[in-house]
Amino acid sequence: MTRLFALILGLICLALPAIAQQGPLRIEITEGVIEPMPFAAPSFVASNAEAVALGEDIASVVAADLESTGLFRQIQTASFISGITSFTSPVEFADWKAINAQALITGQISTNGTQLVLQFRVYDVFAGQELGNGLQFVGTTEGWRRMGHKVADAVYSRITGESGYFDSRIVFVSERGNKGDRKKSLAIMDYDGANVQMLTDDSNLVLAPRFSPTGDRVLYTSYETGFPRIYLLDVGSAARRVLEAQPGSISFAPRFGPDGNTVVYSLATNGNTDLFRMDTTGTGRVRLTSSPGIDTAPSFSPDGTQIVFESDRSGSQQLYIMPATGGQAKRISFGAGRYGTPVWSPRGDLIAFTKQHKGRFHIGVMRTDGSEERLLTASFLDEGPTWSPNGRVIMFTRETQGAAGQAALYSVDITGRNLRRIRTPYGASDPAWSPLQ
Amino acid sequence: MKYFTKTALIAGAFFLAACDPNSRFDNPNGTAGTGAGTGEFETGGLGSASDPASPEYFSQFVGDSVVFLVNEYTLTSAARAVLAQQAEWLIDNASYNAIVQGHADERGTREYNLALGDRRANSARDYLLSLGVDAGRVKTVSYGKERPAQLCSDESCYSQNRRAVSVLVVGQ
Repeated sequence: MTRLFALILGLICLALPAIAQQGPLRIEITEGVIEPMPFAAPSFVASNAEAVALGEDIASVVAADLESTGLFRQIQTASFISGITSFTSPVEFADWKAINAQALITGQISTNGTQLVLQFRVYDVFAGQELGNGLQFVGTTEGWRRMGHKVADAVYSRITGESGYFDSRIVFVSERGNKGDRKKSLAIMDYDGANVQMLTDDSNLVLAPRFSPTGDRVLYTSYETGFPRIYLLDVGSAARRVLEAQPGSISFAPRFGPDGNTVVYSLATNGNTDLFRMDTTGTGRVRLTSSPGIDTAPSFSPDGTQIVFESDRSGSQQLYIMPATGGQAKRISFGAGRYGTPVWSPRGDLIAFTKQHKGRFHIGVMRTDGSEERLLTASFLDEGPTWSPNGRVIMFTRETQGAAGQAALYSVDITGRNLRRIRTPYGASDPAWSPLQ
Repeated sequence: MKYFTKTALIAGAFFLAACDPNSRFDNPNGTAGTGAGTGEFETGGLGSASDPASPEYFSQFVGDSVVFLVNEYTLTSAARAVLAQQAEWLIDNASYNAIVQGHADERGTREYNLALGDRRANSARDYLLSLGVDAGRVKTVSYGKERPAQLCSDESCYSQNRRAVSVLVVGQ
């Protein structure tokens, strides 16, 4: 019932702030969310002296996660009337109402050596009650940021009714050096840019890494042999092996199927680029297309039955969908301009893509039948969208113009709002978002 | 394998500039050395440009690079003329093989440009083979938009970046 009520409210209030104080604490993620929901996340109460600093840091991660969605707004500590000094004492709702905190997140942590125990609760301040039940996480102090992301995922999920995306990672290409001789290495980091680690050195050009459905392996393209070939890398050990090494051909644009054992990719032979699939063992290669045009950038539907890809078989780059076993492809993009790099959303409902039109590059989304195209961004060069695990946010590469041009990672909501740059130590391109961990 | 382009390209560029400072931009099908030439200098084993059997001569006088129109991979008549000279040189100098590198300008998506670079490299290779160069002596590779020769973001650079560059390697 409350869900239905909130939905109706969301529809009625499209032009109004979507947070209604008289209703249940709820954000419907629609075009109507304009006014972020104010929340308070005071430092988590430390049960032992060693945990004090972590209590502050974890609450900051939770707050930063929520605020980064554009759906929430953190109320600064300086405005607090009362703090939270005890996790178990009753909450003074009046003090939080007075500063218009609609949601309140309280937590308690304790450490014992490297062990970290965290408990938290979420309150609907104006209803004067807890939202869902308190939860406890047990982990290591080293993984404190992850624990913060898990809390934020739970809060996001309770308030929006959708799964979160904060406890996730990004594999990407870290870039250094001059545009004409860019040094590239594979790197991995938390979704918010923390904990960057290099997975390869920069002695060989590497391109476009893609996560496996479980996030433990990565497919990518490397020039290790002097020729572009697709590789499979184990994230834990950084061990890698070549998957496709057919002499006289180059392979690129690999992506996992939802079963984690299938790879779809492009193989170029004698100037013609077609799509193939194989097993992650490197065997069982099957040709999927045989058009004289360029067929590339394949991406599976989440149920594994279909593949969306780009082809210039009609004369210009356009998007097509075909059965995952190959066969008749149906064109889905018909707007003006060129369409490339399609990626099926994890919910299955949308295709994200790069569009080139009138000298500008855009990230956009359309339904799987090509209808309801929406462009989310515009710049000199935006490309290569990747979906957040819940299908609500898209990350992509933006490169600036000119001889000193640099690539960086950005994210944007599928509503086109909340464009943000993800801070990375060097230039960065080709992001791929992991599943929720 | 030994790569010779770097020094040859830079030397070629100086040579051309000395001859005619405008030639690189005035000639869209240019024979100028516009390969992926950045990085360290190599100094050994090039021979003199006055030696017709030297890689330096290949780069400077034969022309190691041909350029393409936007999104195109068909060879212009100027490109065919350069490739004809390359074919002749390769036939005369059997101790060298070639890797044709295909490139694209930055106005495209990464994967598409890799495929486009592959098309361009193969167009050049096919033409070399049609003129009698042994198929086993010419390989192709695509760099897509990863290795622009010119760094600016306008057509004066893009027209130089849409290219196929024949890189000599010592034959085996």
